[in-house]
Amino acid sequence: MDASIEAGESGLPATRRDGPDDRLTPVDPDYAKVLRIVAVLASIPFLIAATVLEVATDLWPFAFVGPVLLVAAFFIIRFPLRRYHARGYTMSEDRLRTVSGVLFRSDTVVPFGRVQHIDVDQGPIERHYGLAKLVLHTAGNHNSAVPLPGLPEETARAMRDSIRARIKRDAM
Amino acid sequence: MNAGTTASVPRTAAPASPLAKPRRTNPKTFAIKAIEYLVQLAVPVSVAGYTMIDDSGRIPVAVVAIILALLVAVNIALSYLAWYRLTYTVGAEDIRVEAGILNRTARSVPFERIQDVSLEEKLLPRLFGLTEVKFETGAGGGDDLTLSYLGVEEGGMLRDLVRERRDGIAPAPDSADASPAPTDADTVFAMDTRRVLTFGLFEFSLVVVALLFGFVQQFEGLLPFDPYDLDWWQEQLAGPGAWLAGLGAATQVIGAVLATAMLAVVGVATGIVRTAMREWDFRLERTARGFRRRRGLLTRTDMVMPVHRVQAVKVTTGVIRRLFGWHGLSFVSLAGDTNSTNHDAAPFAQMDEIAPIVRMARFAPPSSELDWQRTSRRYRFDTIVVEAMVFGVIGIVVAVLLPWYWTLVPIALVLVSIVGNWLGWRMRRHAIDAVQIYQRAGVLSPKLMIGNRARLQSAEVRRGPLAQRRGYASLQLGLAGGGFALHGLPVERAYALRAALVDSMALRDFAALDDAQAFNGSHSGFSANLSAT
Repeated sequence: MDASIEAGESGLPATRRDGPDDRLTPVDPDYAKVLRIVAVLASIPFLIAATVLEVATDLWPFAFVGPVLLVAAFFIIRFPLRRYHARGYTMSEDRLRTVSGVLFRSDTVVPFGRVQHIDVDQGPIERHYGLAKLVLHTAGNHNSAVPLPGLPEETARAMRDSIRARIKRDAM
Repeated sequence: MNAGTTASVPRTAAPASPLAKPRRTNPKTFAIKAIEYLVQLAVPVSVAGYTMIDDSGRIPVAVVAIILALLVAVNIALSYLAWYRLTYTVGAEDIRVEAGILNRTARSVPFERIQDVSLEEKLLPRLFGLTEVKFETGAGGGDDLTLSYLGVEEGGMLRDLVRERRDGIAPAPDSADASPAPTDADTVFAMDTRRVLTFGLFEFSLVVVALLFGFVQQFEGLLPFDPYDLDWWQEQLAGPGAWLAGLGAATQVIGAVLATAMLAVVGVATGIVRTAMREWDFRLERTARGFRRRRGLLTRTDMVMPVHRVQAVKVTTGVIRRLFGWHGLSFVSLAGDTNSTNHDAAPFAQMDEIAPIVRMARFAPPSSELDWQRTSRRYRFDTIVVEAMVFGVIGIVVAVLLPWYWTLVPIALVLVSIVGNWLGWRMRRHAIDAVQIYQRAGVLSPKLMIGNRARLQSAEVRRGPLAQRRGYASLQLGLAGGGFALHGLPVERAYALRAALVDSMALRDFAALDDAQAFNGSHSGFSANLSAT
């Protein structure tokens, strides 16, 4: 058995990998722009609704459009940057680690031996920036699909190929 | 198990099996399907007939009879066609089913993807000597392969054949004697009538009452009165029921007590009947190929699951049955029983009966040397405060809106939630050893879950806004067919656990883990351990 499995304090090994302070590989900076465009598209219906209310009712000017614009501005300008900075990944020889989320931090490790199949997805906005999303599917009920968006397309494909080469027969 | 072995099965051997050519299901199938449809039709048709004749009076009975006869005829014809157009083929690497009257569908399921095979004999097919064969793939959403109905012998043969192909065993030269499985089976756990009835006592259920409510809602229009018409009830009370209303408060209290007692009797009786139906003659056997479980009174099921498909084991109990030492053991796997993601292995057993089954599933009961860890104290504090605040807000609203004594209810709830969360924190523990990860939780009905480290699929450390500020985290483990989450761990511990777990997942040599798993030391601390917490 691997030496690192030997029991240390309360059954845990002394070597620690994938720790909270490890350096992560950032995703492509264009990913922030993709998030921004998605936020713009998502805020359009709210702006239209606010404008309709604005016209239909007789309150003071910008009673509806003002707050909606402020919130939209936060979600378009500030939030995509924070989300971009929160995202990162580490690919080592036997596992992929992805970190994401601002309010709800999620830090997932998938060993390649547990990958059932792999997708590389690309939406129209991502295609414009040459980005793609890598999705690892596992057999677990939780985390049955682990996404990693914001990769340059050729990186995503290269990662897919190298992970596929290292998938072992399933151990179920 | 792996593709290499399956592929090496000589293709020439396949035609030796009588199932290799496309076959139909048993001819009696269409008769049973027709009867099933008619039974389903019976209620709506009779309701429709009743209203048609009753309301207008212009439609003669003969017309209704002709419509009914047509319905029956079309039904039988469709059932026959459906039976005629469905064929199944057992190939060298997969089982294929082609079906459909107009739209043809062909489904192929590779043997190595089949999680378990079960035979289910419902009452009606059972009278005809037929059985339903189900192949579970764990695809979810009921997308599995079901063959209904086959003769009991044919079904058993098909199951054995599929199991052999799946396990990469070449088909025997003549498959006639390919059924030695029942002879070398060891009964691991069985429940006699007394045990089943005792089990039923603890399975209190008010589903009958719910069904009654549902029925009333469904057939409101058919009842001779409107159940939601208060005036009608008052009239009834004023008439023959007036004496009841006149008897005063004391009698009304007695009435309420009687009604509650009635409800209790109905609940216990329902529990016993339902449990007896499901668990009758429960028998779990260990065969050469895995666990085999048979149970059921009217609907008899026969399920076989390979040992290596068991992803984790779960020991549960109930508030009252626990006082008598009764526990239930279930296996977590990709496939599961109807309405459940797990397979019941021993639904009602004492701990000393459960421990051997756990070992047989190649899991080890927790040893006494395990270092059980509690969750973070800050997590305890936050849970208590957050939940108490919810009830506190309710309390404030109640205090504003209702007389003062109503606020006693939310205050009591706040106290109960504080005590409950405190005790819950004391009971929630986890431990890890070289092979397994353990978690136990629950105050009134403690649960124990044992997962195999090598069988986990992924590991996620998750932190919400509160957890990020207060230094704890959840560890969510990917488990095929179930969930395994450790909440409120100190961040350091969560990351250390994750590192250890992922290391054992990523180990290339699974054989090494399997060897380490063959625990032969005595783990007598199992029952003592669980009851000690």
